[in-house]
Order: sequence, then structure tokens, then C-alpha cells
Amino acid sequence: MSNNEIVIIDYNMGNLRSVQKAFEKVGCNAVITNNHEMIKNASKIVLPGVGSFADGMQHLKELDLVELLNEEVLVKKKPFLGICLGMQLIATKSYENGETLGLNWMDAEVIKFDFSQSNEKLKIPHVGWNNVKYQNKNILFQDIPDNSDFYFVHSYHFSMSEDVICSKSDYGFDFISSVQKDNIFAFQFHPEKSQNVGLKILENFVNLEESI
Amino acid sequence: MLKHRIIPCVLLKDWQLVKSIGFKSFRTIGHPTSTARIYNARNVDELIVLDIDASLEEEAINTEIIRDIADECFMPLTIGGGIRSIDDIYTALNAGADKIAINTKGLEDLGFITKASSLFGSQCIVCSIDIKKIDGVYKVYNKSKGILELNPLDLAKAYQSHGAGEILLTSVDYEGSTLGYDIELIQLFKDELEIPIILNGGMGKPKDAVAAIKNGADAVAAAYIFHFSQFTPDDIKNTLYENDIAVRGENVI
Repeated sequence: MSNNEIVIIDYNMGNLRSVQKAFEKVGCNAVITNNHEMIKNASKIVLPGVGSFADGMQHLKELDLVELLNEEVLVKKKPFLGICLGMQLIATKSYENGETLGLNWMDAEVIKFDFSQSNEKLKIPHVGWNNVKYQNKNILFQDIPDNSDFYFVHSYHFSMSEDVICSKSDYGFDFISSVQKDNIFAFQFHPEKSQNVGLKILENFVNLEESI
Repeated sequence: MLKHRIIPCVLLKDWQLVKSIGFKSFRTIGHPTSTARIYNARNVDELIVLDIDASLEEEAINTEIIRDIADECFMPLTIGGGIRSIDDIYTALNAGADKIAINTKGLEDLGFITKASSLFGSQCIVCSIDIKKIDGVYKVYNKSKGILELNPLDLAKAYQSHGAGEILLTSVDYEGSTLGYDIELIQLFKDELEIPIILNGGMGKPKDAVAAIKNGADAVAAAYIFHFSQFTPDDIKNTLYENDIAVRGENVI
């Protein structure tokens, strides 16, 4: 295996094949794995996933991936792409079905959409295409117009005050739809399901210089 | 803001994609892979494929074709038809589906919906309800069981409380008719559910989608209009946009 490979972390949380074939579409053979050696040898790491936060953390722990990911992403500073649940897991904690601690790479909490105080009773999950409004456009949004529509499907969202917010989207209120801190990029929406604009994000990630 | 979705909903039969009319006769749409590629190129918002060989003939789900379709889809793909077990869901997801549509099994066992949504997340579980109007009353219809003495809204609420993420509502009477959606039906559901409703059956012209959404549909599904009329998905979106309904379309690169 070459050392410039992208790995997609396999932790039994949803359809990883769709992420892999989206990378294929932009000319990159990403490998789906939870093999520690392969992850150590990879140049970039993708954490996708759908499902519950607690299950996601549990699976990462069972596969002994938490320490490894901390080392590869926080210490070695490998470019990291979190998608949907993969974004939420980098938070400090989630309130999905009780409280669960996350990877704590960002000082953030994951909370449920709450419309109890608003007049408009919106449906949960937030599912479908919604526009992404740049707050602080990051490099993975390069060549993508502001307010482009991406595909979302989630009931919980990021909440934080830290100044790493890249975009917001409106669902009853403006929620955080992407963040970046140094080498860590995370998107609440699914680039692999967002046709051309989504594929562009993955292409930008593939082309990212390894030291950010 | 969240956009209203336009979703082709097609059937898989004898290795071809087909469109049914009133659940009876079938017209061939084309080869699954090339059709999926065209849908992807036309930026449809999602795609629903129901495998009727698997549902009616009790065959295994055609994973080979699902895989081929999924490989052409960079938008969400819902697969249904013949889903009877958790293993079936695993199989379809592994072949590349993002969501699973469940019909007959849900009627037989609400606990299956609970189990499926807790395993795969409610976002993955689309409960499909077919409806026929009998003597002025809407009833649940099932292809193998016939007409059931079941109120469709009660069933939808039961699915919701058991963990469904979306409801696919198909009017058998309007299906393939091009007469427009069953507006009376969607009005019964308007504001009654907390999960999104995809209304299916009857779109013949873009204005039909306007009526469906203004009367309570979160998304509209169709097939006939995309294959046997001059209208494209973009025509429908343009018409919705002109009627102040939010659709995806701006900034598509």
C-alpha cells in the first residue's frame, strides 16, 4: 500500500460503499478498512457514518480506534474528513438518547432539533436538500458557489461557540452545517450524495496538500 | 431552507425498469443502469426503485442490478420490494441503497419497523403505504393481501411511532393516470405527521406537483411524466419555483 492513500474508516455504521464510489468518481481509490496498520499508513482519513451517536462511539471503542484516530489526526495532523455522524462524533458530547461522550476534538455538543419554541413545527429528521451558507468558507468549498444545495439527513446537529464554523444552513433556525479546525474538516451533509457539488468537495479533499 | 424533492419512483421487473398503471399493466422505461445515469445527469433529487419481482414473486432482491444502479447514483437511493427480514435490509444497503422502503412486512409486523429503525436509524426506513378509495373511503391496499380494513392515516401514525423516517404514500387509483395527485388524500395527511410524506401517483404535468406540495406533500414521486411526456425534472422544478415553492436548482455546477 502506498503511503498517500485515503482510508474510509469501517466501523459498521452505514453505507460506506457510497462514499468509496464517490471517491472513485473523482479518480481516487479510497480503501474501506479498520485495520490499524492501514490507517497508520494512510495519508488522509475519512469518517462517514449514519446511525446513533452512542453506537458509533461504541463501535470505535470496540475496534480500538479512538486512541489511534487521536494519534493520526490530532498528533500527526493527517487531513480528516467527517461526514454526518462522522462530524458529530468529533464533538465533546451528544445528547442523543442520554449523554454520550465523543472524540472531543472540538468543543461542541450535539443536540436534537428543537422547534418547541418556534411557531413553525418542522419535521424531524431534517431530510433533503438544503443550501449551505458560507460563514468562513474553507478550502474544501473551493469552486463551489455560496448557497449551493447539499443533501442532509439527520435529527441532531452541532452546537458550539468556538470560531471554527464554516457554514450554516437554515432549518427553522441557522444550524451549523460544516466546521474546520486545522486539518479537521467536518460536514453535516453528505457530499457523496450531493451530486456535483458534493463530488467537488471530495475532489478538493483528494487534492488537499497533506500538511495544512 | 429545505427544498421540496422531486423523486422518480420506478419498478424493477425482469431486469428492466418499468412503470405501472394502476398497479396492473406495465410499460418498459429502460435499462436500469442507463436510466439511473440519466436521472443522475438530470439532477433529480433522489431515486426510488421498487423490485416487484422480489415482492410479488418472492424472489431474492436483485442485488446485482441494485449495485449497478447505485454505482450511477450520486444522490440518495431508496430500494424496496420484497423486504422481509433484517438480512434483506443489510443486503440492499450493502448493494448501495441509502434507504429501504418497507410495505407488506410493516403491515404484518410493526415490531419489524421498530427493529429496523433502531438498527439502521429512522432516516433509513421509508414506510410505503398503498391506498385505494372504496365507496368514498380511503383504505390501505396491498398487492398480495388486497384491500384491508385499515385507515391509512392511522397506519402512517403507527409507522411513525414505531420509528419510520418517511412515509411513501401511493394512490393506486391515480397511479399512472396522469390526472394529477390525489389532493383529497394528501389533505387528510397534512399537518398530521411529524415525518416527511412523499406523495406518489398521478403526476401528468408540472402543475400537479404544485398542488401536491401546497396541500401538504413534502416531496413528490413520479415516473410516467419523466418517460412518456415532454416534461423534464427541470420543467417541474421551474414550475414549482414560479409558484414560490423552494426547489434545488440554483448553483448546480
